[in-house]
Amino acid sequence: MSGEKPSWLVALEGRLRELGAELEVQGSILRVRPAPGKVREVAAAAVEAGFDHLASVEGIDWPSKGVIEVVYHAESYEPEKRRFLFEVRVQLPREKPVTPSLFDVWPNALFMERETWEMLGVIFEGHPELRRLLLPPGWEGPPPLRKDFKVVEEGIYVEYE
Amino acid sequence: MLSTSSGVVYSRLLLREGDESVYELFIGPQHPSSGHMRFIVRLQGDVIVSVDPDIGYVHRTMEKLAEGREAIKAIPLLERLTIIDSHNATVGLVTAMERLLDVEPPPRALYLRTLLSEINRIASHLYGMGIAGIMLNHSTMFMWAFGDREVWLQLAEELTGARLTHTYSVPGGVRRDLPQGFGEKFEKAARYMERRLQDYMRIFLENPQVVARYEGVGVLKKSEASRLGVVGPNLRASGVKYDARLADDYGAYKDLEFEVPTREEGDCMARMLVRVEEIKQSISIIRQVLRKMPDGPILSEKYLKLLPPKTRERVLQEGRVKFPALFASLKLPAGEAVARAEMGHGEIFYHITGDGSAKPYRLRVVTPSFRNVILFRYLAPGHRFMDFPAIYGSLDYFPPEADR
Repeated sequence: MSGEKPSWLVALEGRLRELGAELEVQGSILRVRPAPGKVREVAAAAVEAGFDHLASVEGIDWPSKGVIEVVYHAESYEPEKRRFLFEVRVQLPREKPVTPSLFDVWPNALFMERETWEMLGVIFEGHPELRRLLLPPGWEGPPPLRKDFKVVEEGIYVEYE
Repeated sequence: MLSTSSGVVYSRLLLREGDESVYELFIGPQHPSSGHMRFIVRLQGDVIVSVDPDIGYVHRTMEKLAEGREAIKAIPLLERLTIIDSHNATVGLVTAMERLLDVEPPPRALYLRTLLSEINRIASHLYGMGIAGIMLNHSTMFMWAFGDREVWLQLAEELTGARLTHTYSVPGGVRRDLPQGFGEKFEKAARYMERRLQDYMRIFLENPQVVARYEGVGVLKKSEASRLGVVGPNLRASGVKYDARLADDYGAYKDLEFEVPTREEGDCMARMLVRVEEIKQSISIIRQVLRKMPDGPILSEKYLKLLPPKTRERVLQEGRVKFPALFASLKLPAGEAVARAEMGHGEIFYHITGDGSAKPYRLRVVTPSFRNVILFRYLAPGHRFMDFPAIYGSLDYFPPEADR
């Protein structure tokens, strides 16, 4: 980012600090770590500032730290904001990863949260349909994007009989 | 719920079962049209109550596979997301890797990337228009678009050596320089395409039968498109002027002049017409690229100097990159990088997290078709069943890309 901070960014940062969030601006990314229990308020502030839809929801498994990190990236289609991404990071205990769904704040979380539930076992409370999306209906095992799920490659030459 | 203030009708996103007057129709998964997926459509008489897109039939767990192999191998892997648009699918990945590795590709490489991206975009739009045509039983549109797409595949092959899976961009540059006589071949293709677009209008988009099926069908309002995070021509047809080529800095787009075509109607017809206009813009971009392309190396100096002197000389002379040995175990530093790129279908998003090893710790990719899948839910309810294939075709949805 070059030059002065645009006024909308200053206002948004002020609002987020009021909510007790930790902020960090890295290039064109505004990284926000909400205070516990304040994810929905942070997301609503982002929508109000023009970041009205999500580009991505992902989960990152950190077994060494015992946490699963859920990362939201919101974007804006407004010309002066389109270069920026609004990133929200929430750390959840690996044993019981539960976080409120942001579907009613960002409607396109519908499929993205469903995917993250399926792939990492994160429970989004209040999501209208947490059910299989990409994996087959009878699929069993740990959520595949967790680090303890190992992909077994069978190799090229397979024993036959 | 924020349903009133947000501009999105939430009830249209939720599934409805209905009473005994509602019956279920299963479409697919045996390749209903654009690829392997299934729709569970609930109908009351001839009117759609709700659509449940059941995707995942071509899920290949690419994010997981990418975590298990060396970073450079993610390029040919993720190119299989959208084989019809493979450079646009991976240029964002390569850009994100370069940001993490702190490598700057030379200007000529950026121009070559833009060249292939735009060739890919034209081919991808032709594919989408052909499929949309056959969904309305218009086999001429299908045959013409697929035949004409071949022209652009040949040009891509000329440049990269492969028709579809080019693996052209690599961290720090591109694999091959511009071949001799490319400009003349392109000009011939461009003139042909410009004339063919007029034919398409005459036989398909201005055809009264097609107009009746497309106009006023599947209307997506501007505020809805933005709130639902729709991307690509589907977004721009609803009057939102947004394109990842404007939002993120990749390729040579900041040196080039181009329009981002938009329309206000937001219906099926608008989505198709935006694609036609985008093909014209891509041709204009390629003309500028070929005129303005600077001389110089096609791989970053940082990697070129790792090659043995003789190999290095040959690479510079022949314009074919030999990978430095370092590429086999390229270490991604601890940290993360984000990149966005505009594919034919819309914006693709990459977020790479590195941990200092040769494999990505986490590679997140969100593809345009996955962003757009929400539209099946949102647009179809209330329409007659015969409008379903019209809406489906106009969205240019590509299942392998959405499933990943």
